[in-house]
Amino acid sequence: MAETVAEQALKRTPLHEQHRALGAKLVPFAGYEMPVQYPAGITAEHRAVREGCGVFDVSHMGEFVVRGPDMVAFVNHVTTNDVAKLAIGQVHYSTILNERGTIEDDCLVYRMADRIMLVVNASNREKDLAHVLRYAGGFDVTVEDRSDDFALLAVQGPKAEAVLQPLTETDLSAIGYYWFAEGSVAGVSGIVSRTGYTGEDGFELYVPAADAPRLWDALLATGQVTPCGLGARDTLRLEMGMALYGNDIDDTVTPYEGNLAWLVKLAKGDFVGKPALEAQKAAGIPRRLVGFTVAERAIPRHGYPVLVDGAPSGVVCSGTMSPMLGVAIGTCYVPASHAAPGSAIEIDVRGKRVPATVVKPPFYKDASHK
Amino acid sequence: MANVPQELQYTKEHEYVKATDDPNVVVIGITDYAQGELGDIVYVDLPKPGASFGGHDVFGTIEAVKAVSELYAPIAGEVVEVNPRLDGEPALVNSDPYGDGWMIKVRVAGDADRAQLMDAAAYSGLIGQ
Repeated sequence: MAETVAEQALKRTPLHEQHRALGAKLVPFAGYEMPVQYPAGITAEHRAVREGCGVFDVSHMGEFVVRGPDMVAFVNHVTTNDVAKLAIGQVHYSTILNERGTIEDDCLVYRMADRIMLVVNASNREKDLAHVLRYAGGFDVTVEDRSDDFALLAVQGPKAEAVLQPLTETDLSAIGYYWFAEGSVAGVSGIVSRTGYTGEDGFELYVPAADAPRLWDALLATGQVTPCGLGARDTLRLEMGMALYGNDIDDTVTPYEGNLAWLVKLAKGDFVGKPALEAQKAAGIPRRLVGFTVAERAIPRHGYPVLVDGAPSGVVCSGTMSPMLGVAIGTCYVPASHAAPGSAIEIDVRGKRVPATVVKPPFYKDASHK
Repeated sequence: MANVPQELQYTKEHEYVKATDDPNVVVIGITDYAQGELGDIVYVDLPKPGASFGGHDVFGTIEAVKAVSELYAPIAGEVVEVNPRLDGEPALVNSDPYGDGWMIKVRVAGDADRAQLMDAAAYSGLIGQ
């Protein structure tokens, strides 16, 4: 079949041929042609990660490498969490703010002995690079966008360690949650990070792009790893109440509004966005991102209107049917007055007002990492 | 390859029409191709027996994990039976769209709409196979 020009313009990950061979449904996402699901389907892939082990190709994610004597001070200036608290070999979740205090991106920060790696969303990669470089003056650092050099495989599920251990000399049991090691898996050298976006135990493997097919094939050859697409990644992260940039958080909200106050360390010193956050904290947080469940047979979807006390109040940020709970779940911003668990709101589901109840995430409570 | 049974008729919105022993009653559902495109189906909202609609009217909605779609009536008629199993087992639409995953049986109002339906060859062409 002839490919259209639009399809050719999309970037491909190093695992494109693997996805095609597995019969994946490929869709455009963040400028990449990405697998949204394999023939097993989203629900089966979701269950595989909750109960066994799945692997996701998330090579579209962006990686920036920061080096230089001022690397800790610089990354501390452009992110909200406290990089100085990271030990070598440790990683944390953070946000990148603008001077309005709103979120340019969410990211992971990896602290190595000789460098710091920032992992950012694919759709924000170019914007983020320009943004952080604007603040690099005065810091003795270099920032390199290495996104195209790295593939990223997320091996997730309660059986991830058992599946991965026979493929590596690295003692995986010695890597704590949100710690990492530099080692090799299936003969492929890279970063073995005990992190993920599913709520389950698991590892994210950053490897050279050219080696990714070999690693992917070795994982599937174990017979214990289910290939999973972005569809299951989305339902898994939403069951945990984890934010998706562009849906739950964006540059119109602060971390306080976005339920990410735990990523903001005001005491660490100056950083981009801090004055705006202090001002908002003093004035009061006007609205908050909350989770909600829907009692009726209706799925709230991104963009559906939300009603608070019968009046329009924004839209659904994320919504899906929870595969594990069998009920519809979602997120939205509500006035602070309605943010407490148990608050009643309504969702306009294609013209029908459906009652919903604010709940405290995670929606799914039995994940192997919480 | 999606299954496109020879004996059925089809719409461009991916519903099928299947004959029954009663020449005035047909079975309506969505095609194997459609269920594959939708992915895992979690809710099917269907009209109650006695409801009637014109050709091309929306007669229900189908919710998959990823998206919601409307169901379009291939022909005008009155609903005489609704698949009772789909309430509790919507995934039957995925596993057996032409059999246990059928949606409604309709008493056809007239033959006018049936001429608009596609045969298996035309539908196969529509879905590119």
